[in-house]
Amino acid sequence: MSQRYSQMFSSLKARQEGAFVPFVTIGDPDLATSERIIRTLIDAGADALELGLPFSDPVADGPVIQAANIRALRHHITTQQCFDLLARIRADYPEIPIGLLVYCNLVVANGTSAFYQRAAQAGVDSVLIADVPLREGVRFIPEAQAQGIAPIFIAPPDASEATLKGVAQASEGYIYLLSRSGVTGANDDVNAPAAELIKTLNNAGGAPALLGFGIARPEHVQAAIAAGAGGAISGSAVVRIIAEHEHKPEAMLTALAEFVRTMKAATQAK
Amino acid sequence: MTQSSQTTTSERLDPYFGDFGGQFVPEILLPALDQLEQAFIDAQNDPAFQQEFQHLLTTYLGRPTPLSLCQNLTKGSPVKIYMKREDLLHGGAHKTNQVLGQALLAKRMGKTRIIAETGAGQHGTATALACALLGLECIIYMGRKDAERQQPNVFRMELMGAKVVPVDAGSGTLKDAVNEAMRDWTASYPTTHYLLGTAAGPHPFPTIVREFHRMIGAEAKAQILEAEGRLPDEVIACVGGGSNAIGMFAEFIDEPGVRLTGVEPAGKGVATGEHGATLSAGKPGVLHGCRSFLMQDADGQVEESYSVSAGLDYPGVGPQHAYLHAIGRAQYTSVTDEEALEAFQLISSHEGIIPALESAHAMAYAIRRAKESNKPEILVVNLSGRGDKDIDHVRRILAQRGEQS
Repeated sequence: MSQRYSQMFSSLKARQEGAFVPFVTIGDPDLATSERIIRTLIDAGADALELGLPFSDPVADGPVIQAANIRALRHHITTQQCFDLLARIRADYPEIPIGLLVYCNLVVANGTSAFYQRAAQAGVDSVLIADVPLREGVRFIPEAQAQGIAPIFIAPPDASEATLKGVAQASEGYIYLLSRSGVTGANDDVNAPAAELIKTLNNAGGAPALLGFGIARPEHVQAAIAAGAGGAISGSAVVRIIAEHEHKPEAMLTALAEFVRTMKAATQAK
Repeated sequence: MTQSSQTTTSERLDPYFGDFGGQFVPEILLPALDQLEQAFIDAQNDPAFQQEFQHLLTTYLGRPTPLSLCQNLTKGSPVKIYMKREDLLHGGAHKTNQVLGQALLAKRMGKTRIIAETGAGQHGTATALACALLGLECIIYMGRKDAERQQPNVFRMELMGAKVVPVDAGSGTLKDAVNEAMRDWTASYPTTHYLLGTAAGPHPFPTIVREFHRMIGAEAKAQILEAEGRLPDEVIACVGGGSNAIGMFAEFIDEPGVRLTGVEPAGKGVATGEHGATLSAGKPGVLHGCRSFLMQDADGQVEESYSVSAGLDYPGVGPQHAYLHAIGRAQYTSVTDEEALEAFQLISSHEGIIPALESAHAMAYAIRRAKESNKPEILVVNLSGRGDKDIDHVRRILAQRGEQS
């Protein structure tokens, strides 16, 4: 297993900071621009990356990220092209933790073990399968671990204690904690992150939690960290900037860098 | 139907059929699926629930449906074809059976809002009528393309009080409507039941839908024994998602002498890629909550299906069919648009029954069998729906070919 997540969290802790983790869909709006976007996110101060492989049927995603999947698949990009892009990023940025967020059929289509192997070769640290709950995840965990990939599971806001414990024990690297129910989307109704949930996860010996869904403004990041999360993941707010500037790449990159700097600043103690 | 009549048991149903099935959904939906499973187990053991369901099946839907012997189609052949007349059910197809069952379950769980997906509008219509009857709020997700193509069905649903929400995402068809209903459910499950329309999706849906359609095969079995004094040689049904077929097969799976045949839509021909023959031409994969067979490309991106019959136009299939296929207990074959259209006309002109285009696929295969066989065989076909909904569509196709003005 790579140590990139634990190294990130310990150095952030030493600096009294939380993690800011942007999410984008690989290949959105096209492969070349996507690679520039990812490099921009890192250069602007992202602590880690959460990246989606585009899928035809993204059931856990709201309209903004659905549209990103559609934009990416317009160009008929392949899983191999996504892994090749990741390998180029990894070559230039050896330290940053890179997580993949995928749908199950992309993982199993050509053999689960082969998928994790290709991910590992591309320098990926973790894989979260959006439509694989813990109950089905037991089949995937050993295959991920065998390739040195950290399996990540989602802790929902209304989960039972047993589920939270299971998620804490099965997830390595970090735990994806949901701020609310529903699908992804920056719709301004982020619930106060439940400090209780985070306590339960920590007590179960879980990796640090990253809060996701609806993280769109600096105060969302501050609230997440104040509640005990290790940081926050922002997806739809980032992807919306891409969509708004689809045909103006320079303005897009400038706006993305500005967004990351603002959100990253919110992770730093005042 | 009161919550107090529930008994709690800790037994769970098997979420898998061999390697197929499971619960491939976001973690957040598991409590909703667990609640549904428990409510279903309790209801199956609750005589009051069964009585209410039975009462509605009889007095509202018109069960049992007859088993009709083809009088003219098989002239000259030693083969007899019996049709299980689900076309005579209220709503015009088998779909209303399980919709009513699930709507009663939703009430039992204290849910007040129902969401459902629909392709051509058949499942949406069945859901809307059950919600009107039982006083439930009803939201139907329908691909925008489908909603435009099926205006009369949209109006039908709205007449019965449903709100029809067009879905723009993806290709704007059934698969996208399923995605949208699942998205709604991840935020709404405390008050809302997702009334899935076929024997697919995450566990426990494939089992619930099968059990709430089981009477199709149970009645047919009793009726054929009454008419012929023996079991049929073959039981035949069309397969899109597979609900009418699994309802028909369920009572015959443990009768080794009865051959089970599912008929998939070959569309313009399996070789053209424009079809919905998931079991014949797809491979295993995960979509809409279950592991089953799937039409997909080399990377696992789900492909669009195609069939002249909207009810069979789905790139997945119920997991129990994938299992029956894998172990060889059922065989799955396919019938093209062309063959289905021919059967549609033949059954209309020879038997005075206008079948749904879906059911015409099953009948096309049965007619082919009757032509080829020289033994006195008995075939039972599920005539799963009536064809009124398809009249305009078929007339347009035939007019284009100059067969009819």
